[in-house]
Amino acid sequence: MPRTRKSAALAPALQRPFVSMWARWGVDWRYVWYRLSASPLTVVGFAIVMTVFAAMILAPVVAPYDPNRLSLAVRLAAPGWHHLFGTDEVGRDLFSRVIWGSRSSVVAGLITVAISMGLGTCVGAASGLSSGWVDTVVMRIMDVLLAFPSFILAMALAAALGPSLMNAIVPIAIVRTPFYVRLARGQALTLRDRAYVRAAESFGSSSWHVVWRHILPNSMAPIIVQATLDIGLAILTVSALSFIGLGAQQPTAEWGAMVANGRAYFLDQWWYPTFPGLAILVTALGFNLVGDGLRELLDPRLRGR
Amino acid sequence: MSLLQIVCRRLLLAILVIFGVLVVTFIISRLIPGDPARLMAGEHASQQTVQHMRHVLGLDKPLPEQFAVYLGKLAHGDLGISIRTERPVSEDIRRFFPATIELSLAALLFAVVAGLPLGVVAAVSKDSWLDQALRTVSVLGISIPAFWLGLLLLDLFYNVLGILPGTGRLDEGINAPPVVTGMFTVDALLAGQWRTLHSALVHIALPALTLGFVNLGIIMRQIRSAMIEVLQEDYIRTARAGGLSSARIIVGHALRNAMIPSVTMLGLLFGDLLYGAVLTETIFAWPGMGNYVIQSISFLDFPSIMGFAMVASLVYVLLNLAVDLSYMMLDPQIREIG
Repeated sequence: MPRTRKSAALAPALQRPFVSMWARWGVDWRYVWYRLSASPLTVVGFAIVMTVFAAMILAPVVAPYDPNRLSLAVRLAAPGWHHLFGTDEVGRDLFSRVIWGSRSSVVAGLITVAISMGLGTCVGAASGLSSGWVDTVVMRIMDVLLAFPSFILAMALAAALGPSLMNAIVPIAIVRTPFYVRLARGQALTLRDRAYVRAAESFGSSSWHVVWRHILPNSMAPIIVQATLDIGLAILTVSALSFIGLGAQQPTAEWGAMVANGRAYFLDQWWYPTFPGLAILVTALGFNLVGDGLRELLDPRLRGR
Repeated sequence: MSLLQIVCRRLLLAILVIFGVLVVTFIISRLIPGDPARLMAGEHASQQTVQHMRHVLGLDKPLPEQFAVYLGKLAHGDLGISIRTERPVSEDIRRFFPATIELSLAALLFAVVAGLPLGVVAAVSKDSWLDQALRTVSVLGISIPAFWLGLLLLDLFYNVLGILPGTGRLDEGINAPPVVTGMFTVDALLAGQWRTLHSALVHIALPALTLGFVNLGIIMRQIRSAMIEVLQEDYIRTARAGGLSSARIIVGHALRNAMIPSVTMLGLLFGDLLYGAVLTETIFAWPGMGNYVIQSISFLDFPSIMGFAMVASLVYVLLNLAVDLSYMMLDPQIREIG
């Protein structure tokens, strides 16, 4: 695999721990941009994610109407100048609802990943470092969770807890946790015998200090990549649960629930389920493209040519 | 460690996992708020009737005892009675599972037949515009909500173009073929009923396409990255130096080796297929397990939810076990270590 001199010089910088990367800002951003521009799809992904975040934050400014304002005079209006995406069966503006919907759908996805990543990383690191029977028990429990068809488990849990957006988030976070436990455990296992960890231990650092300052920061790169790829999946899963009635409830503007409501009208009012679904697709696409790009950037094996 | 020991360890793990699955499904089913006894007895039933119902369902016993009773019945293939359909759950599963298996297999067939060559093409033309275009298709596959894609396809092919039927497994007026596998396409073929076969095929096309597209992306990705790795190997260079044609190198040498790691994917894909099947079946009113379990959920019908979750997980665990074992047989490196 021929490598340019530039990338060879930067390779250690990119493999260096994520936190120190941020702390020192020692990354050659020109190189990062060079890698990104070689993959236009990643740039597209970034643009999508930025747009989605902007829409989410600026929803009150961007959305032309109140997402919950009923206006029976314009029910099921086709897309046009006044209503870009048309209106639903009670005359709510679908464009405004899609914009506001990002606050439930995307935020739900982000919370889901934050929970599973946080929980999984802590449990995985602890499990990898403790070894012995604790490690064995934790990993067997994770095996059981992984052996479950995850959506079925999330569905059963969400049904058991009762339908609400929060009750859709928790089960999805639980079923995704084992992936982070495995990743973090693997990282902890390879890192715990490194010289600098041994050195810190021999200086009398507490195990808490070792985990916090040495193990976790150095484990983060693959975990962040996994998390980025997971956000798209989490948004899809949350909206799927909402679609089958186990997530967000009326009148919350949530993309999956909007597709479900629009389903009854799709033969004559195609726009109703189409735009919320398109929002899910484009958002998931954005996060997946960024995740892919990050993985190629950080994984030296994929960094060919 | 001998190969036999590895296999035994793997089997033990599978048993452990199955037990875990049973415990988890049991716990979840008892978390359900709302009272199944009241639900079954009816809204206006007296307290006494509800109490009687609770006793009949065994809900008045302590949890560990309920679990023990459940396990004991399970050993005899008894999954309880569905509260909604009032039939034995095992009978319901037998009735609805073949439709789901048929749909999943058709989707997998589409995903593999289309995904394999596309993945190879992407790997061979790595970093070209074609690769970027194919990458877009595969990322689209994993980003598209299956339930939404189903709606769009239904709208296009049924509503606008009118060339494919909307929902169900067969046209009205066509009887199901004699049951052999429970899969209408296979059964019709076996019975030589061509009209039934045609009807079954046009009905399965859209759901299979919907479900398959999601997995197409995953297969393309896997094959692409495995092929790229293999194409950099020394033996490929040797084969090239030896003057073999590109086609022979790609199909005869590279693809064969790239497919070994992809085999493990198939087991994991089944989980995605089940997930997709639940959503796809509701869109196309496909009378399979997905449809069944969605209706059961809205009814708090915990014996059938539990039965479905258990059977689905069981199939998933066994399939992954089979895949792992065949992987051990296929990969000479693992066999050698064993």
